[in-house]
Amino acid sequence: MSTEKRIQIECLRYHPEQDKEPRLQTYDVPYTDDMSLLQGLQYIKDHLDGSLTFRWSCRMAICGSCGVMINGVPSLGCHTFLRDLGPGKVRVEPLTHFPIQRDLAIDQTDFLRKLESVKPWIINQTPKKPSDGANRQTPLQIDDYYQFSECINCLLCYAACPQYGLNPEFTGPAALTLLHRYNADSRDEGTAERMAVINGENGVWGCTLVSYCSEVCPKGVDPARAINQNKINSTKDYFLRFVAPRGASKG
Amino acid sequence: MTARNTYKRPMTGWYKRLPFYTRYLWREATCFAVIAYALVLLTGLWRYTQGAEAFNAWRAALSSPLSLVLHVAILAGFVFHSWTWFEVMPKTIPFVRMGDKRVPDDVIVRSGVMAALAATVVVLGLAYWALK
Repeated sequence: MSTEKRIQIECLRYHPEQDKEPRLQTYDVPYTDDMSLLQGLQYIKDHLDGSLTFRWSCRMAICGSCGVMINGVPSLGCHTFLRDLGPGKVRVEPLTHFPIQRDLAIDQTDFLRKLESVKPWIINQTPKKPSDGANRQTPLQIDDYYQFSECINCLLCYAACPQYGLNPEFTGPAALTLLHRYNADSRDEGTAERMAVINGENGVWGCTLVSYCSEVCPKGVDPARAINQNKINSTKDYFLRFVAPRGASKG
Repeated sequence: MTARNTYKRPMTGWYKRLPFYTRYLWREATCFAVIAYALVLLTGLWRYTQGAEAFNAWRAALSSPLSLVLHVAILAGFVFHSWTWFEVMPKTIPFVRMGDKRVPDDVIVRSGVMAALAATVVVLGLAYWALK
């Protein structure tokens, strides 16, 4: 078995209690054709350096935990094969635009706050009882939001979005996409409550349609589409208030 | 909650990090080609109000070598600007459906490009007819 292949994984390391700024550390890792980059990181942790910190869980592009920058591109570690990166050197860094907590783990607090702000759940003005029966939807009504409901909160889109990097107050791709996912759902009655987020200084107008978020999304969600559809909704909301004043803009 | 001693990386030179970002900035920057040509046309209109002699002088200036180079550069900017904006056009509109099926994005992009080409042919035809 002399055909063992090797790859040099160059990781950005940062220890919050010891380092002033991040540094690079390279590990020489053997790999087989069926190994993902995440498995490469796990090899390092198990055999070379137990102090390397990174997040992971499902290993199958469902949980959205293992997002990292692979050669500068936001990617899921479990969704990228080492055979496509090697031989040679590959650089792995924590998702950019986020504060580094330690090594490859970023601080997600900002996103979680934004996610909550868009009220990502179905809102009914009068709560329904089981006796009211099922909320029925046609296939076309499902098609209006289904693509946007595939988001796994992996944050690759935030790492792809320079507007978020330049202005961390921008609500950002995934949160605005989930906002749209519920607004576009025929069962939801919460659009008026979410308009303040859409219309606000850091809402959809913070997006300049770079659209790299849609390129890197591992689930084909297309956040740029969700956000930019709401520029039309925001414009309508702004002008319609002069024609028919109502509660939509009270937020 | 424990205070976190996190590290925030700078954004310096972000547009050079990936070809995708550089292309995006060129899409934005080529709007100046659109502005430049609008100014050229507005100058023509302004000269037209000053009489036939002024208008003919403007037309003569357009055929100078410098003007031709400028026009080629503006045309290149225009084509890139139009193409890259039509590329993202499907993202800016709600789903377009024919019956129960969504119209694919590339059909929307192609329709935009075809409409721009058709408008160009019409405008060139009108200009040719007017100046004949």
